[in-house]
Amino acid sequence: MSKNVKHDFVEKRVGWLAVLMTIAISIGGLVEITPLLFQKQTNEPVVGLKPYTALEMEGRDIYIREGCSNCHSQMIRPFRAETERYGHYSLAGEHVWERPFLWGSKRTGPDLARVGGRYSDEWHYVHLMNPRDVVEDSNMPAFPWLAENKLDGELTAKKLEVFRSFGVPYTDEDIAGAQAAVKGKTEMEALIAYLQVLGTGLTQAE
Amino acid sequence: MSSFWSAWIIVLTLAFLVGIIWLLRWNMSNYTGIKEGELMDHEFDGIVEINNPLPRWWMILFWITIVWGFVYLALYPGLGNFAGLLGWSSSNQDVRSLEESQQATAAAREAGLIVEYDRQVDQAEEKFGPVFAALSERPIEELAQDEEAVKIGQRLFLQNCAQCHGSNAMGGKGFPNLTDNDWLYGGSPAAIKHSLMEGRNGVMPAQSQFNDQQITELATYVMSLSGRKVDPELAKAGEANFMVCTACHGQDAKGNQALGAPNLTDNIWLYGGSQEAIEETLRNGRNGVMPAWKDILGEDKIHVISSYVYGLSQE
Repeated sequence: MSKNVKHDFVEKRVGWLAVLMTIAISIGGLVEITPLLFQKQTNEPVVGLKPYTALEMEGRDIYIREGCSNCHSQMIRPFRAETERYGHYSLAGEHVWERPFLWGSKRTGPDLARVGGRYSDEWHYVHLMNPRDVVEDSNMPAFPWLAENKLDGELTAKKLEVFRSFGVPYTDEDIAGAQAAVKGKTEMEALIAYLQVLGTGLTQAE
Repeated sequence: MSSFWSAWIIVLTLAFLVGIIWLLRWNMSNYTGIKEGELMDHEFDGIVEINNPLPRWWMILFWITIVWGFVYLALYPGLGNFAGLLGWSSSNQDVRSLEESQQATAAAREAGLIVEYDRQVDQAEEKFGPVFAALSERPIEELAQDEEAVKIGQRLFLQNCAQCHGSNAMGGKGFPNLTDNDWLYGGSPAAIKHSLMEGRNGVMPAQSQFNDQQITELATYVMSLSGRKVDPELAKAGEANFMVCTACHGQDAKGNQALGAPNLTDNIWLYGGSQEAIEETLRNGRNGVMPAWKDILGEDKIHVISSYVYGLSQE
């Protein structure tokens, strides 16, 4: 073998191959992701953003548990076709406290980024119990058990505490009152409370 | 973006591009000391390698992508804070409120920058704005007779209103039928438009002061109001307590459109007219919400939808 064939080096040393590949692939991330971790745009909330209340936080966990984001996105892209239907396009500043974010990537159902205030609580209740009752040709599953399951709130305070450690401005009172705020409420109430606040940080800022 | 991160992006990106050029040039030269087309001193399980040059078509494509990379970075925002020669961006992502969003749109327009989203909106406004503006100047009664306006109104209705009122506008439990000319808040063009613009909030309070027997009596009396056959004794007993209800539903039980209190004498029921449903309404109360649409659709479109809704019960 000729000494000049330099790629011989990595072809025979898989460890080095892995290291050099990692470096090559990382450059994209270093350029596109790392700077975002330090940008105002991605770290500073929009003016009207409020932390989720205890009940909304529980609702968010039910949203995750039931897999709502498999069929509903929470990301309005900056296209007129989307903003006509859903409202102002989503901004990074609306999602700074989301861990994990629930943007989703599939829209079997409509986008929910700004569903807050769009329907009444009653509508959500009827719709979650049986979507066909209000939207005839809906193929969304019904979630009737949400109306029966009651929250005990055992972990609610802990959840708020964890989010506070991420930088969400919860007060000590918020955390102390978290369990009392959700105990005895149904999962349905929690989920509806969560849905009704989605996207309102931008559109209903005082 | 701070100048540090801007520089970080620029340096890494350009260094990477230069690195790729170096790699490609290096692989274009024959540095092996073996003539092209001859066997390389490299054999494994009887498989040998020939010293072939890079395929020409592949190399040309590679060069094109590199050139495209530079062109793109020159024209579009990609290199840190450099906005690109075209002054193009997809949307105003830095804003913190709707107000700032509007300001950013205005500022970009002033500076002659192209914000793709705003451009789409402007184009649509140019095309559809005059259509809606012209429609909004004509009275709702007239639009309801205009085939074109009705078609537009129906499209908007199906997109925005059908979720609750149904695609045939006949509503459902808790969501009013819009085709029966029975109106909670009034069926005049102005009242319909007001409902759409500002929304409505109908509250039937829970009658927790009554016991089960009284609730049954009261429900029976309410059923008798629309001329249905009921146990006359129960109804008579219920009539005494109906005093409470007259505050909203009126002495004659024909409702009050100022409050959205339904007429109880017409046998049209928003939450069901069975004994059980009426008792449930009395026991737990009801809360009907029509959201406000002015911020979502704007007045011109609402004017057209109002005419469609008005027209539904005018045949």
